[in-house]
Amino acid sequence: MKHVNNKLSLQLDVSDFLPAGQEEKQSLVIMRESVSFWRDGVRRFKKNKIAMASLTVVILVLIFAFIMPAFYPYSYEQQIRGSENLAPMQYSQQELELKASGVKVFPHILGTDSLGRDTMIRLMYGSRISLLVGLVASVLVLIIGSVYGSIAGYFGGKVDMVMMRIVDIIYTVPDILIIILLMVTLKYPLEDLANNVPGFGWINTIGVGLICIFIVFSLLYWVGMARIVRSQILSLKEQEFVTAAKALGASHGRIIRKHLLINSMGALIVTTTLQIPSAIFTESFLSFIGIGVAAPMPSLGSMASDAIGGIQSYPYRLLAPAIMISLIILSFNLLGDGLRDAFDPKLKD
Amino acid sequence: MPAYITKRLLMSVFTLWLVATLTFALMFMVPGGPFLAEKAPSEATLKALNQKYGLDQPKIVQYKNYMIKFLQGDMGVSLKQRGRTVSSIIFTGFKVSARVGGLGILLALLIGIPLGSIAALNRGKWIDNVIVVFSTAGIAVPSFVVSTVLMLIFSVKLDLLPTYGLTSWEHYIMPVIALSLYPASYISRLMRTSMLEVLGQDYMRTARAKGLSQFKMLFKHALRNAILPVVTYLGPLLAYTLTGSFVVEKIFTIPGLGSEFISSIVNRDYTMIMGTTIFLAALIIIMNLLVDIAYKIIDPRIQFK
Repeated sequence: MKHVNNKLSLQLDVSDFLPAGQEEKQSLVIMRESVSFWRDGVRRFKKNKIAMASLTVVILVLIFAFIMPAFYPYSYEQQIRGSENLAPMQYSQQELELKASGVKVFPHILGTDSLGRDTMIRLMYGSRISLLVGLVASVLVLIIGSVYGSIAGYFGGKVDMVMMRIVDIIYTVPDILIIILLMVTLKYPLEDLANNVPGFGWINTIGVGLICIFIVFSLLYWVGMARIVRSQILSLKEQEFVTAAKALGASHGRIIRKHLLINSMGALIVTTTLQIPSAIFTESFLSFIGIGVAAPMPSLGSMASDAIGGIQSYPYRLLAPAIMISLIILSFNLLGDGLRDAFDPKLKD
Repeated sequence: MPAYITKRLLMSVFTLWLVATLTFALMFMVPGGPFLAEKAPSEATLKALNQKYGLDQPKIVQYKNYMIKFLQGDMGVSLKQRGRTVSSIIFTGFKVSARVGGLGILLALLIGIPLGSIAALNRGKWIDNVIVVFSTAGIAVPSFVVSTVLMLIFSVKLDLLPTYGLTSWEHYIMPVIALSLYPASYISRLMRTSMLEVLGQDYMRTARAKGLSQFKMLFKHALRNAILPVVTYLGPLLAYTLTGSFVVEKIFTIPGLGSEFISSIVNRDYTMIMGTTIFLAALIIIMNLLVDIAYKIIDPRIQFK
């Protein structure tokens, strides 16, 4: 085979065209199905016992907050006359008489408050508010942060510099002060909008307080997400598949959406999940100091705040919302940690 | 380094101006005014009051006047607490808040750093597991829950500690513990991860190989490097203590700055809102700046950009 030494030779090596032997074929057979990034992550997640337990708790809390109220005989604003300040599982005089006459009365599992409202159903609605705030606020933060961060990271240069300076400034603004101010101020224009401008009636169905919280979160909390997305995009955009996409004539928007964001999905999911407990935390804090969700809609924060007034005589009223809020935050924290370990181990610091 | 500090300082001043302007704009969007109490004053009194405090002028003029006065170091008088200047109210409130908050931060550091280090040194043993479980739980409990549950146990059930005010050392116990639980848990988690990382470094093996005593190895080599993330956390910690203080001061009726801030907003006490917001914002911004600079001094490997 003398032509091997001569790279410019046009002579073909006949042995290259022989049918493949049994051994060669063997090496090309796929022994195991290829494991995709997602399946690998899910497998790792399933192995993590704490993460699975917290996922179960999250699902149970979701059922408790969104499905159970439909089957519960009381409503959160219903004030039952004569049943004020009942202890857990206690019946009022009226209800005892009703029971004696053969009518079935559903027990107040956690008692009632000073206005005769059933605590259990209020706890369900309070959890619903907390979860709604956590989920919606995180999705808003995800959308705003990833759009902003990917534009800054993808275009780079002056665009990036200006956009990131804005992020830096918002980052240094003491959020809690501005949140409190915004919560108080936004309430009035929003109420005005809901009551006087046709087409905005839906604001009242969701509740002005909740809308305020969503606006405030979308204004201030996206900066962390924007930073993470930007750093992901910065490293991804140098890779060959982006050059290939560009060469094939893909538009900027398509490259960002279909290539860059999809590839940073792990970090996005993890950051969003870890955003949920922090949003819930802030909401309960705002409701606790009395500027969150408006009455009669209960929130875990306002329920705890109401309980303080009667802490001497009805201490148990404090425990239900306190345990619930801690449980929700704890399970989301652990779920986020588990997702991070499974999908984005690099993010762990 | 001076260039870096100047840049950060300029940015801080800009942020502060932004916060002040934003607060000013937001403040006047809220309907109502400082003089509308339960018994509404007559038209003439209201006019006179507005004139006296310059509230009848156009907003832009008020803004300009406030800023000029502020730059001269005059934050004005409170519109609600008659006869008291804003700076004196802030000063009295801050003294109280700083004492409770400072003790809280101190306690958090004193608990968090040793616990995190102990957990890292005993990795995988039962004591590590106990610390990890407690610190994970501690992060999930909001400060209002801690405060109220403490109050429930120690004041209502056991009747050991007073529930409100700040007149003796016993009054400090519950607010300080309530403020420090979350940061203590967070610090111990931070400390554990960074300590584990440091213990796995080559220079730790070298230190052991050259026969350094356990004590020297831990304190001179490990702790000094592992404590860096805790230093960066000090900035956010201050902001957290502030949020915590809004709640804790409300629960334990402590006359601190947090409760002044909330009540000034409720009362539409314009000068107080501006004063407290600017003061608190400046405090957080300056602390963050100091922490960043301190961080770079402690760890010379970090480059100034």
